[in-house]
Amino acid sequence: MKTTENSMKRHMGMKAASRISNTIIHLILVFISVIWLIPFVCIVIQSFRVEPTTMSRYLLHHPEIEFKWGFDNYIKLWQSDFPKWYLNTFIIAIVVAVVQTIIVLCMSYTLSRFRFKLRKPLMQFMLILGMFPGMLSMIILYQVLKDLGLAGANAIPGLILVYCASSGMGYYVSKGFFDTIPKSLDEAARVDGATRSQVLFKIILPLAKPIVIYTVLTAFMGPWGDFVFAKYVSGVTPSAYNVAVGLQSWLATDTMTNNYYTMFCAGGVVVAIPVVILFMCLQRYYVEGVTGGAVKG
Amino acid sequence: MYKKKIVPAVVKTVLGVILAGISWMVASVLVPKIKKSILTPYQFGEDGFWVWAVITAIMVIGAIILLYLGIHEMIRTTQYNKKVVQSGSYIKSRERNGLVVFCSNAGKKIVQFFVGIGKGLAGIVTTFIHGDWKTKISYVVMGFGNITRGQVLRGLLFLLLEIVFIGYMVIPKGGAYWLSMLPSLGTVAPNPHGAYNEVLDQWVSTPGDQSFRILLYGVLTIFFIVAFAYTWYTNIKQNKIAEDILRTGKPLKSGKDDLKSLVDDQFHKTLLALPTLGILIFTVMPIVFMILVAFTNYSSINDGMYNGLFHWVGFENFKTMFSWDVGGVNYSATFGEILLWTLVWAVFATFTNYFLGILVAMAINKKGIHLKKVWRTILIMTIAIPQFISLLYISKMFSLNGLINGFLIDLGFIKPSEAIDFLGGNNPVLARIVVIIINIWIGIPYLMLIATGILMNIPADLYESAKIDGASGWKQFSKITLPYMLFITGPYLLTSFTGNMNNFNVIYLLTGGGPTNPAASGAAGNVGYTDLLITWLFKITQTGTAQDGSQYYLASVIGILVFIVVGAISLVVYSVLPSVKNEEDFQ
Repeated sequence: MKTTENSMKRHMGMKAASRISNTIIHLILVFISVIWLIPFVCIVIQSFRVEPTTMSRYLLHHPEIEFKWGFDNYIKLWQSDFPKWYLNTFIIAIVVAVVQTIIVLCMSYTLSRFRFKLRKPLMQFMLILGMFPGMLSMIILYQVLKDLGLAGANAIPGLILVYCASSGMGYYVSKGFFDTIPKSLDEAARVDGATRSQVLFKIILPLAKPIVIYTVLTAFMGPWGDFVFAKYVSGVTPSAYNVAVGLQSWLATDTMTNNYYTMFCAGGVVVAIPVVILFMCLQRYYVEGVTGGAVKG
Repeated sequence: MYKKKIVPAVVKTVLGVILAGISWMVASVLVPKIKKSILTPYQFGEDGFWVWAVITAIMVIGAIILLYLGIHEMIRTTQYNKKVVQSGSYIKSRERNGLVVFCSNAGKKIVQFFVGIGKGLAGIVTTFIHGDWKTKISYVVMGFGNITRGQVLRGLLFLLLEIVFIGYMVIPKGGAYWLSMLPSLGTVAPNPHGAYNEVLDQWVSTPGDQSFRILLYGVLTIFFIVAFAYTWYTNIKQNKIAEDILRTGKPLKSGKDDLKSLVDDQFHKTLLALPTLGILIFTVMPIVFMILVAFTNYSSINDGMYNGLFHWVGFENFKTMFSWDVGGVNYSATFGEILLWTLVWAVFATFTNYFLGILVAMAINKKGIHLKKVWRTILIMTIAIPQFISLLYISKMFSLNGLINGFLIDLGFIKPSEAIDFLGGNNPVLARIVVIIINIWIGIPYLMLIATGILMNIPADLYESAKIDGASGWKQFSKITLPYMLFITGPYLLTSFTGNMNNFNVIYLLTGGGPTNPAASGAAGNVGYTDLLITWLFKITQTGTAQDGSQYYLASVIGILVFIVVGAISLVVYSVLPSVKNEEDFQ
């Protein structure tokens, strides 16, 4: 009798303790969420500010200056080079998403399913290649693109070429996914007389929908953030910038008299919205890809 | 009873001796310099000494530990083995150390490689001796055997490749030309004043040799030659196979069969052709090129139409990187300081994210927490928004004129005149800490996702039984959660560590490497306190020095050194990891 009472008491105590700890955790989570949201809220608010950007120190009010609000930044954005940059990036992202997905799937499927003599050496070779800082290749790639006439004003096709050509290196995550599809499926189909290519197109690809979407999503999002190489290749030709290079060039030349800082905020919002919407819609697949493929490493 | 192998102990001892040797060498350079700088202060880049002193100290400690462990283990092992032998029955040892396995495997691979080449050469000779006349002609006219034996498609392909290759080699300014120029990298200096052109009847400026092109096309030509040699070898092998098949009386594969097999048995070749070609041209070739550049004096000054000559300099650039005084610049100290910060950064960036990410994931997944989806979505937003936007915006928030200072002023912590320049001021420690904190903001969402996936896989009964045994929350975390996580995410930790060492975007977009490091400012690229090796490399390619332009050769040297550091760390960690997995286990 006494022991049950004790355990009851302990149980109650634990319950109370866990309620307290849960409250604390809730508070911490609220705190974390606020911290993680602050930059986004601030960037949206500042994108609606119209006066010159000297007062980037203040968000909503200032003791001496009256803030003006409006859509002027977005209108100016529309009149500047920004739509061109946006279009550039969008074209790059679409093409890269398609080509890179095909290449990555080819690579990962082959390395997961086929056993040929050069398979292991190829994988080890790519592992070693990955240890070289990619920054190193930029100088030479830039020169080659310049020779081909794909730098400066024609940077867009040049960037697409480079992004696509080296995308085979990122096979790891989707190979991990293909590894989880049982091999017996292939073998059964082969016994029934299917060729290797039929196995891929009729059996594996339909099963691999999540990883295909994951690959498309990451390939699509990559070019929106690429900064260094795009800057290097486009050089001093603003019409060939992508959004990252263009917006950074605004921040770098932000002065007292222009509105570049708030225009940067507006540009950031415009860039982020479609990407975030797309991402949120396909979030499930992204999470699956990251937790499934990336961890197996 | 197993007999223990003595090899791991010996390897440890040898490594200890090597490490001790290296640190002795560094120290022997260091000590006189320190003495000198104490005698005549402010003459050398004295700020760099302590960095190398720390690195040397770490090496010395490592050497002592290795030596101690190695010798200790050797004694223990011999004693143990004596006992095992004395006790009678023992089985040959199967216990193996990761590093030893790696070294012996690498050794075996190299031996296999040369044996393979030898066998291939022998095969070429014997095939020639035993082959029929068709095979013999194929040695010169590729694909001849295939065509005469009825495999027209293959034969024509071989022939076409040969014609293209020979054509490329002999045309003016073709392969042979580039190859012959490779040793000198060009000798004809450009003539900007010009030479008289009779056709145009005017003075025309004449460009000289372009070393850059010579190196580039020379490397490409070598690639082609290797590829052609392999094709030639395949052609001979094909002849032998065809002969063997015909001897047994079976029919050969027709061109149609060949095409069919490309979507069936040989499907992997079809799938891999394009990706590997892309990697070869756009990843391997630039890397080979840039490695070669480290041995030249290629810079932005000799990279142009009218000044395009550079030449081989051997190990000169490596010497520069490791010397204490080159024209008043202490590259060695700069390199040491940046390397040290790179390692510190990588450790903090990796492990703060890792543990905090796990904690956040556990908090969200805890029983009785409401709105799980909301918390997760808020964090995931950070991944969705292109990094350059958040990084640039945050760097503005922390700037002298940024929101953080505004908040601090509003709340009355500081006066407007006392605004803090978090990332660019003259407080390197503050800048470094802020960068690490901002990196936490960026990294936690990823880790939260990964950790959530793994946490759900931990068998729940482990926790149940732990609870029954009365284990506290901390005990459960440290005895169940953490070991499980570490085991699964070991390889991920390694890749994220090396990834952080090369984390260009975060550093460059946040601080641009600043605050400027005055002690190292003489070195190329205007080095700052938060510069990683990778951003330093980038800065060198961007900013020029007065007499030498952008020193691409130094950038290449740094790139090679980064590769060596990353490779060494990966190698050691891989050999220590408990979960070096056999990938076939998954399937």
